[in-house]
Amino acid sequence: MTSGVGKRASNLMNYVAQRLLTFPLILLGVSVLVFVSIRLIPGDAITAMLGTEAGMMTPAQRQALAAYFGIDQPVWSQYMRWLGGLFHGDLGISSIYGKPVLTVILERFPLTLQMALMSMVIALAIGVPLGVLAATRNERPSDLVVRVFAMLGQSTPSFVIGVLIIYVLSVYFGMVPAMGTFTPITVDFWASMGQLIFPAITLGFAFAASVTRIARSAMLDVLSDDYIRTARSKGASSISVVWHHALPNALIPVVTLSGVEFGYLLGGAVIVEQIFALPGLGRLTLDAITQRDYALVQGSVLFIAFNFLVVNLLVDLAYVALDPRIRLGGR
Amino acid sequence: MTPLLSVRDLRVGFGRDPGANEVVRGVSFELEPGQTLAIVGESGSGKSVTALSVNRLVDFGGGRITGGSILFQNADGTMIDVTAADEKALRHVRGRDIGMIFQEPMTSLNPVHTIGAQIEEAFRLNRGLAGAAAKQAALDVLERVRIPDAKSRLGYYPHQLSGGMRQRIMIAMALAASPRLLIADEPTTALDVTVQAQIMALLAELRAETGMAMIFITHDIGLVAGIADRIMVMQHGVAVEQDETSVVLDHPRHEYTKHLLRAVPHFSAGKAAREDGKRAGGGEPVVRVEDLVVRFPVGKGFFAPKAAVHAVDGVSFDLLPGETLGIVGESGSGKSTTARAILDLVSRQRGEIAAKVGHSKRPIQMVFQDPFASLNPRLNVEALLAEPAIANGQRKDGALRQRMRFLLDRVGLPEDALERFPHQFSGGQRQRLCIARALMLNPDVVVLDEAVSALDVSVQAKVLDLLIDLQREFGLAYLFISHDMAVVERISHRIAVMFAGQIVEIGDARAILSDPQHSYTRRLIAAVPAVERRNQHFAVDMTQVPSLVRPAGYEPPPALWREAGADHLVREEAP
Amino acid sequence: MKKALAALIRHPSGRIGLFIVGLYLIIAIMGAVGLTPHNPLQQFMLDRLKPPSGNFWMGTDLLGRDTMSRLMMGIGQSMVIAFASVAFATIAGTVIGLLAAWWGSLWDGILMRLMDVLLAFPAILLALLIIAIVGPGTATSIAAIGIVYTPIFARVVRGPALSLKRRDFVDAARTFGSAQSYVLTRHLLLNLVAPLAVQVTLALAWALLTEAGLSFLGLGTQPPTPSLGLMLSESKNLMTQAPWLMIFPALTIMLGILGFNLAGDALRDILDPRTQRREA
Repeated sequence: MTSGVGKRASNLMNYVAQRLLTFPLILLGVSVLVFVSIRLIPGDAITAMLGTEAGMMTPAQRQALAAYFGIDQPVWSQYMRWLGGLFHGDLGISSIYGKPVLTVILERFPLTLQMALMSMVIALAIGVPLGVLAATRNERPSDLVVRVFAMLGQSTPSFVIGVLIIYVLSVYFGMVPAMGTFTPITVDFWASMGQLIFPAITLGFAFAASVTRIARSAMLDVLSDDYIRTARSKGASSISVVWHHALPNALIPVVTLSGVEFGYLLGGAVIVEQIFALPGLGRLTLDAITQRDYALVQGSVLFIAFNFLVVNLLVDLAYVALDPRIRLGGR
Repeated sequence: MTPLLSVRDLRVGFGRDPGANEVVRGVSFELEPGQTLAIVGESGSGKSVTALSVNRLVDFGGGRITGGSILFQNADGTMIDVTAADEKALRHVRGRDIGMIFQEPMTSLNPVHTIGAQIEEAFRLNRGLAGAAAKQAALDVLERVRIPDAKSRLGYYPHQLSGGMRQRIMIAMALAASPRLLIADEPTTALDVTVQAQIMALLAELRAETGMAMIFITHDIGLVAGIADRIMVMQHGVAVEQDETSVVLDHPRHEYTKHLLRAVPHFSAGKAAREDGKRAGGGEPVVRVEDLVVRFPVGKGFFAPKAAVHAVDGVSFDLLPGETLGIVGESGSGKSTTARAILDLVSRQRGEIAAKVGHSKRPIQMVFQDPFASLNPRLNVEALLAEPAIANGQRKDGALRQRMRFLLDRVGLPEDALERFPHQFSGGQRQRLCIARALMLNPDVVVLDEAVSALDVSVQAKVLDLLIDLQREFGLAYLFISHDMAVVERISHRIAVMFAGQIVEIGDARAILSDPQHSYTRRLIAAVPAVERRNQHFAVDMTQVPSLVRPAGYEPPPALWREAGADHLVREEAP
Repeated sequence: MKKALAALIRHPSGRIGLFIVGLYLIIAIMGAVGLTPHNPLQQFMLDRLKPPSGNFWMGTDLLGRDTMSRLMMGIGQSMVIAFASVAFATIAGTVIGLLAAWWGSLWDGILMRLMDVLLAFPAILLALLIIAIVGPGTATSIAAIGIVYTPIFARVVRGPALSLKRRDFVDAARTFGSAQSYVLTRHLLLNLVAPLAVQVTLALAWALLTEAGLSFLGLGTQPPTPSLGLMLSESKNLMTQAPWLMIFPALTIMLGILGFNLAGDALRDILDPRTQRREA
């Protein structure tokens, strides 16, 4: 039996403290990995940066440029310098854009965040009710329909859906979805939503399918638990059994899955951004890798990993809110 | 008087074709208002399915009523046939007329809602109470089931309460609607024996207060002796005998009832203790345990441990060849940890375990509680039995196979068992396999950790007989750990009673069981249900087990022992 | 093994999945040994952008190459990458997960934090980075996808391995003094075969998906070797004139992934201890 408020509080504190301790460790690992691996990319950075212009430079000019970007030093001293800058919020200068890396990233991030949020809303709005419905109608026709939907959704790559959406829109509706531009939500709400709705549907489709599947199987598990029988023995109605007694217990796997997916979406959806020509974080990183923008690759990958970890921490905190056993400790 | 409940020729089946797969095959019984019926049977007898059919909860477990009728008397005197009622009528019956409590108090309460919310829901659904009225009602009913400090407990979540407390919460919830019938499905099976006694006393009191009828389902015929008006004995889906309690207990007619009453272990205060192989003074012990201490740190990880669970705190005993020492105690008493420490499965803080090396390099072997978990499901019997031998450098040759066949035969399994896999055996057979495996290395000592607790009562009796036979044949010493006093009484020469990590009383089995000296031993023995003692009545005893969590560095005061007989030591209690 | 296959055939959706997987394997072999209607690389200059016909069942592309032959070869390419990368991830992930669970404490922490580092990268970006280092190609795709899925296998193995480690039969083995290697292989690994089989099948579906995604971005298989993702990507600008160039690769990708997903799901149904218990 749990005794005393102090012990409960220390349980939760322990948990959060452990999380927070591993947090910088993982970020450090990510940054070392990126730092080393990007320097393993063959070819010389100045050439990659300037293309044919590089051929016209004198060795002295190249040397000066390398010194400007700090890539003339040994790798470890570059790393230490970069790490030092990190503590001042300085991620270096992007060689492609000639601007501070953080500025470039923060320009692209709103689109990525908004698109990720929109697809998660779509996925949860479709997935949770469908999953619950299928679980309560186990093995009946409506369950089968939902399972077929989920299976198809899970088996269709985003680029297939994206291409199909563009095809259907252009051939049958004679319209081309807005491409290449993005209006921030603060400027024009509806225009912004309109520009991202089709990419969000593209991403949300497979996401919704996963949510449906996990919600269905979690509900099936919970519905056979003993306390559901207890609720029925009290005379609770089916609706109350499903929504009040079962669903709160089935939410943890749904939250876990949504958190992981959302975390990945925050890293940018390279393929969907490519199809819809959107200036998001994914393409930014892709371009940075192909053009050897060392500072930008390091910065954006670290930013993405940071977001991923923050989302994971939020998921953990969501468990704490959802499950009193985690919140209050004990067995 | 019209019966409250009248069940006629009930048939219940499961699966795709319920008619062909019947678990209950034509059961009939009647229950008068205020009467208590006990349904007694082993697993697979259909006793729980029969009870779950009465409020049609069986539908949600995949069952279908394939025949018969269940007439239940409504509050206004009209009758309703439960087998033909629609879901709306059934909801009414479930909540208001028939309350139910289940076997597993640990899993029967919803983990995400407070117990207050769960009890209030019962009042809201069945009495239309809401808000402050529901809260007050919940508070009242918690006090009726003797929950101390009820007001603050309303805000607790189930996992913050012990099993016995949770079962009381379940009872409170079932009582919320003042049902005219309470169905209790093995409500004490998962609980410790002293807690079981508390729950039984509580149920008896509540029944007297409210005048409700009760159906009490159990595998333990001794348990219901004191509470039931009538007993129905079930076997293989059929009611083989039903009559008034005294008739069934004193003049059983059916063979199976006689078997349940006579062959199955029942506690008899030392009268059934073993006569053979008693300690004849002196002799070299095969195992000597000296001041064994096992502690588990609490709050590990980030912060240094500030406290420790004192699971085993200074346990000493010795074991002579050919004798059985029974270690009894309730959950948390440290009895299983003691067993595991002897086999080095948990590390000890200090203490000495000296085993005399006899025939084998590994003189101590173990049989675990759960025969399903202690056999690797992916290996066949031959591989399972060969493992200890291979581990000790033997080769899998003809001689080894010979020994496997010999031991299989000795534990009563067919020779062709070698090719088969664990899932092809019943629970009792698997436990026989585990015993055979433990004997492969020709040990001197076998530690049996709740080795028969997971088995049905009649299987228990057979495995106990087997163990006694093997003990005589191979001169084995047993360390027999169990919570079940009746079983321990049958197999032990000596008994050690453990409480809160310490032995409180140790010595000759008969002496301890017939004349317990320590207050805990007395309480434990008083709590054991027994057919013979059915007319004694016990007050509701609400003593709680003390916490085993101690601050770091705590050492218990040294034990002082008092001699109560020739081989009978009692730990002095603090005044 | 034989029993699992028989149960898979009996399972309604497992049968469909198994059929699709079998079909794709046969097509892959046909593509590899040259049993295609036409040479996948041959350019029929007079038959450019032809819709499906008796000669070209799935039409031709901008360069006059036969779509069907190219798809058949593309399936082979995808299957090679999927199977090889999943084999890599399975072996690496199983070893890491098993050892993390068995050694516990510090090693568990180190190994699993390393896996967390890999997991913190979005899969495609990690693959991109690897491709940028070694250059695109079949071997790179295999390594990239394999590394991306290694931490997933490590996690899939570690959880059950931890719970197996605490099971009574492992304790029993300790009381006999069984060798560590015996316990690891017979008691842990043997019991992990079922969850691994499910995970491998589902991972094949993801690997197909990831491979198609990489080649869609032009970072996987390089032209002129046909690949499903690249074909779909090339069809984007021709979708109104030549929709068959889009429809057939899209369906081919979907159906392949669907096949593995169905088979994996059915395997899960069959091997899930919970459903087994219900049957017992």
